[in-house]
Amino acid sequence: MEKYTKHTNVAALMNRANVDTDQIIAKQFLKKVERTGFGQHLFHDWCYLEDGTPNPKFELNNPAFDGARVLVVGDNFGCGSSREHAPWAIEDYGFNTIISTSYADIFYNNCFKNGILPIVVDAPTLKALMTEIEENPGVAFTVDLENQAVTTPKGTQVAFEIDGFRKTNLLSGLDDIGLTLKHTDKISEYETTHKERFPWLWAS
Amino acid sequence: MAKTMYEKIWDSHLVHEEPGQAPLLYIDRHLMHEVTSPQAFEGLDLAGRPIRNTHSILATLDHCVPTKLADRINLPDPIGAKQVRRMMENCEKHGLTLYDMESQNNGIIHVVVPEHGFVHPGMTTVCGDSHTATHGAFGALAFGIGTSEVEHVMATQCLPQTKSKTMLVNVNGTLSKFSTAKDIALAIIGKIGTAGGNGYVIEYAGSAIEALSMQGRMTLCNMAIESGARAGLVAPDQKTYDFLEGKEFTPKGDGWEKALAYWKSLPSDADAQHDTVIELDAADIAPQVTWGTSPEQVVPVDKKVPSPADFADAGKAKSCESALEYMGLTGGTNITDIKIDYVFLGSCTNSRLEDFRAAAEVVKGSKVAAGVTAIAVPGSYQVKKDAEAEGIDKIFLDAGWEWREPGCSMCLAMNGDQLKPQERCASTSNRNFEGRQGKGGRTHLVSPAMAAATAAAGRFVDIRTLEQG
Ligand code: SF4
Repeated sequence: MEKYTKHTNVAALMNRANVDTDQIIAKQFLKKVERTGFGQHLFHDWCYLEDGTPNPKFELNNPAFDGARVLVVGDNFGCGSSREHAPWAIEDYGFNTIISTSYADIFYNNCFKNGILPIVVDAPTLKALMTEIEENPGVAFTVDLENQAVTTPKGTQVAFEIDGFRKTNLLSGLDDIGLTLKHTDKISEYETTHKERFPWLWAS
Repeated sequence: MAKTMYEKIWDSHLVHEEPGQAPLLYIDRHLMHEVTSPQAFEGLDLAGRPIRNTHSILATLDHCVPTKLADRINLPDPIGAKQVRRMMENCEKHGLTLYDMESQNNGIIHVVVPEHGFVHPGMTTVCGDSHTATHGAFGALAFGIGTSEVEHVMATQCLPQTKSKTMLVNVNGTLSKFSTAKDIALAIIGKIGTAGGNGYVIEYAGSAIEALSMQGRMTLCNMAIESGARAGLVAPDQKTYDFLEGKEFTPKGDGWEKALAYWKSLPSDADAQHDTVIELDAADIAPQVTWGTSPEQVVPVDKKVPSPADFADAGKAKSCESALEYMGLTGGTNITDIKIDYVFLGSCTNSRLEDFRAAAEVVKGSKVAAGVTAIAVPGSYQVKKDAEAEGIDKIFLDAGWEWREPGCSMCLAMNGDQLKPQERCASTSNRNFEGRQGKGGRTHLVSPAMAAATAAAGRFVDIRTLEQG
């Protein structure tokens, strides 16, 4: 996983609430057994017209948002299925930051496994950020994870909260599994007593 | 200190905790299907990591599996077939139990796992699938995870976790004989919204929940995820123990007594504190029908489709507007005036024997309305066999329904079963998202009995007004 560093990039706006993971990556793309190449299918049904050409009305097809790395979206983003294909597609498309008022739980977790920072802001702040993009499509936001702040050209400063552990992992690009494996002794110790208490868990 | 059931399970599975790190939780059971695991196996192999406890894993093939017998043999979709093959190879290589398509145990993961008693009260259970919440019906902490976490659990048998808040949803009173666990689930989501449970584990309690069968509790917990909750829980009781006793993976003899004593210690202490408490009266819960593209867009069957103006919240009004457009509906339409093209009876929400019995009561002696296609898809071969032993397949076939092989089928439409654009479906599944049942398809979520009545009438019916014969 790549380290998450401070960056200034175009922020794309998708003013929709309850965007579910079926919309983010449609089921017909879930059959792949690889982890890569999902970006081209992001928001497929909204992105393309019946004949396969890009839908000019779809927000992300706005040329002003070319090269965007920040995605600003409505409430409860990523609800529905647990498919990690959703953050894979978002990351592969080029986004590494999402800003919304809330996320579905599993999606939120999955973001951190893939170097994506999902920022939570309150409703008035989200509205202000959305307005700034609407007034000036193509505007770039600066995201500083270290100092937990988003800055806009208008001078808006948004401080955000994030769990310390998740922050460290994003900043260092560390492999979660490796971290857990450092506690192998503890896991084995736990299993020994767990086995005594619940022997039937190991019966097969 | 008094503890909730969630806290008891959490505390007993805590492996390690230190400042600045997420607590490490031990995972007892790991369920798998073909769609969310191939990349996890690949990651494991690339890192040269073994699976820590192969006994903790039970796998099935369900999402990509066709429900027409001929297609199960040929697997017409080459990409889906590759995923199925990869799952078989991975399980073979790592020595995992897999209920493949030839196995008489095959079916939807959340249906077959309880059939074999693989998940017990007090266990932590995960699966790369959001409807893992189903197993909360047994008083197990069961939640969906992503593919990276699937790999994590295979390698370490643990997951770094943040503790959730707890929400107590009390449903007291008596449910009318026409309403079901599905209607309770939809009514709760209608009340708290699809984001209402974000950050919470929900514990369902109250006399109406105690009165539910194990199947009903599974239906209810299955939909906990649709309210945004991490998991749903129901306290284990005699029904739970009776259901589990004698099953393949449940303890026997002394082990059973020991297990039972532990299970009885799990329910929340009487004075335990929940972060939020919600109350519903079961008597108020009418059969529910969703009208939009989110499970929270739901009303009782005798009501009308709302208009954007009915919502004070601007965001909800906007969602209503786009949902009506997608669904091809106009605000103010009676739910019972909406005509349908398709009926799907199945999915891990409602494809157990009890669901088919309830639907068969209504289907008996009826005929599927002209122009309507109705398919009945048992959740597993076990359900199929049991239903056939009772003659339920005949009842459906005589009425003009199709009687299929088990699988996820039209719940997510990646296996050949799907709606065409603009087709309207009464479905017993759990998600009415845009395109969930096929691009442009329009889904209305209902209970099995409601689905059955809809098939015969060709439009939604208030089953409370049907002659019960
Ligand atoms: S039936 Fe539907 S919800 Fe259940 S596991 Fe299959 S696809 Fe998921």
